[in-house]
Amino acid sequence: MPAITETLETVQAVTDSGYKWGFETNIEMEFAPKGLSEDIVRFISAKKKEPAWLLDWRLKAYRHWLTMEVPHWAAVSHPPIDFQDAYYYAAPKQGPKSLDEVDPELLKTYAKLGIPLKEQAILAGVEGAGDTPAEGRMPIAVDAVFDSVSVATSYKERLAKDGIVFCAISEAVQTHPELVREYLGSVVPQGDNYYAALNSAVFTDGSFVYIPKGVRCPMELSTYFRINAKSTGQFERTLIIADEGAIVSYLEGCTAPMRDENQLHAAVVELVALDDASIKYSTVQNWYPGDAEGRGGIYNFVTKRAACRGKRSKVSWTQVETGSAITWKYPSCLLIGDDSVGEFYSVAITNNRQQADTGTKMFHIGARTRSTIVSKGISAGYGQNTYRGLVKISPKATDARNFTQCDSLLIGDKCGAHTVPYIENRCMSAKVEHEATTSRIAEDQLFYCRSRGLTQEEAVGMIVNGFAREVLKELPMEFAVEAQKLLAISLEGSVG
Amino acid sequence: MLKIENLHATIDGKQILNGLTLTIAPGELHAIMGPNGSGKSTLGYVLAGREGYEVTEGSVTYNGHDLLAMTPEERAVAGVFLAFQAPVELPGVGNANFLRTALNAVRRARGETEVDAMQFLKLARARMKVLNMADDMLKRNVNVGFSGGEKKRNEMLQMAMLSPSLALLDETDSGLDIDALKMVADTVNSLRGPNFSALVITHYQRLLNHIVPDRVHVLSAGRIIRSGGPELAEELEATGYAASVAA
Repeated sequence: MPAITETLETVQAVTDSGYKWGFETNIEMEFAPKGLSEDIVRFISAKKKEPAWLLDWRLKAYRHWLTMEVPHWAAVSHPPIDFQDAYYYAAPKQGPKSLDEVDPELLKTYAKLGIPLKEQAILAGVEGAGDTPAEGRMPIAVDAVFDSVSVATSYKERLAKDGIVFCAISEAVQTHPELVREYLGSVVPQGDNYYAALNSAVFTDGSFVYIPKGVRCPMELSTYFRINAKSTGQFERTLIIADEGAIVSYLEGCTAPMRDENQLHAAVVELVALDDASIKYSTVQNWYPGDAEGRGGIYNFVTKRAACRGKRSKVSWTQVETGSAITWKYPSCLLIGDDSVGEFYSVAITNNRQQADTGTKMFHIGARTRSTIVSKGISAGYGQNTYRGLVKISPKATDARNFTQCDSLLIGDKCGAHTVPYIENRCMSAKVEHEATTSRIAEDQLFYCRSRGLTQEEAVGMIVNGFAREVLKELPMEFAVEAQKLLAISLEGSVG
Repeated sequence: MLKIENLHATIDGKQILNGLTLTIAPGELHAIMGPNGSGKSTLGYVLAGREGYEVTEGSVTYNGHDLLAMTPEERAVAGVFLAFQAPVELPGVGNANFLRTALNAVRRARGETEVDAMQFLKLARARMKVLNMADDMLKRNVNVGFSGGEKKRNEMLQMAMLSPSLALLDETDSGLDIDALKMVADTVNSLRGPNFSALVITHYQRLLNHIVPDRVHVLSAGRIIRSGGPELAEELEATGYAASVAA
């Protein structure tokens, strides 16, 4: 054995055994110290009483992450992130002391959305605000319809009757280890990309959904329902499995802009659809975008991917992205099963100094697979909005079809819209269509609306909602109305 | 009551209105006629508050208010309605949603209760029946894919629903067949009364056969050069504008 390899192995052995808890802490501690190391990964896993295979899985991801480079291909710019200057497990609270310290623009938005003061404080991350539930409300619930614990519990009972599993992923690791082990990382492997690897190493919690064979989920599943949904943290991990013939619609996010001390959010979402299964995944993302100069906003670097493994399976992504300082996400579909269908409907708004680089990837692998992409980008202020998409058709995907439509709307003359579509077609019988438009809100449209009594802001809201209508109509009812209001609010003050 | 005094207006530095003076009393309907480029459309836009038109001199008062100091939406809810010569398309915006939002803005300003979707549909359908408009007009996007005639009908529907106290019709008759022309006239005539004034901007006398004006004015180079009763329109039709301009 060469001397150098031997040395490495010796060091490795020492590191693995003797340095297991290298820092001055132990499992009883409420939170781990700042920084990222194997010890921190072990700490998180131990805290969650995870089985050995999952710890190994995390460590493999961590070691791979160390070898990776921060991706630079996206059209976004930000100062380098210091990964050692962050907490990876239950950071001590360091939010504002009271609402007086919160960005007044954020408070104005809350007022417009009609959110009660107590919940404003929770959303804004005011210290201690979420500790005691107000008037029997769920600690973090925002939606008035779903905000009581009793409602959530009765939903849970109803779901259990159909054999549906809907719980925190950390809970599923304990209660359904075989499912988690089979599917976790099967769509987004640990080493998929820089942020997915980071997430795989240190993910804290997220949702787990399993819909059994032939079951149509009787209600929209929302993160609001899940008790203890509070503090899923910056590295959320979601896994949804629809067994043969199962149908489910899942809602993620909320319209109220949530403030968070964790600047970096790197979630991973994996969806698996077996034969004839259908998953609809809807997102309204409105994280704090920072102040008018972009200071303090969230970096949202997300990996979302669906595997349509089964024949005739279908996955539909719908997203409304209005928040975050930087958005970097490409919900994608692997269309493996013959006749499987992938859809992506997106509205992304960038205002002030926001940057968004978002789109989708559709991999056509099975025969007669079909995909539809409708992307609506809206840029205002100094916002930069990029659609980046890939349609890849393999030689076996005979008669595959794709339709892509990318529309950009510009408000003002300091913003930017960019469209970067990639098409790789290796199949003669495939049909791929791409349409793209760029337009401005025309002065005559605004004047026409105003001459009928609409204010400038109402007029912008109406024109923008019209522009995004093809996407908004894909949202479940619960979200659609709120999302329309949100689009208008996100663009207030951007004209005139 | 609308009172325009010595109005001068420019666009991109070009003088369009050049000392226009005009008074319309409540209940009166005036017609403005004139050749292309005389400033007819500019007058409509200046009164409705379109950006880009700069008033350099003169004043406009409307029911005692300084109209020029008001935003377009303030004018609209105060009862000023401009029927566009070329109605604007709003892709993705449902006609019903648009019209209900406008109606409620006006109703709020008048201190009336807002109408919900059901009440609105009832009101709109009743109006549409009178205007001989197809029901699906409400479901379509505002003016998108409408024929020229449909666009003008839609303007008249908006006007009828919003029941303004001052209607400005900017060549609403242009490009219309005789049936559509009658529909425009019927809509205007149905609104006529002591609290409704109108300024009908037109090239041709033919609309004025159906809407009989109280006064007719000839606009040339941004000012009114002749005024008279309905018979003036007939005279212009016979002799053309050139004779008046020369005189």
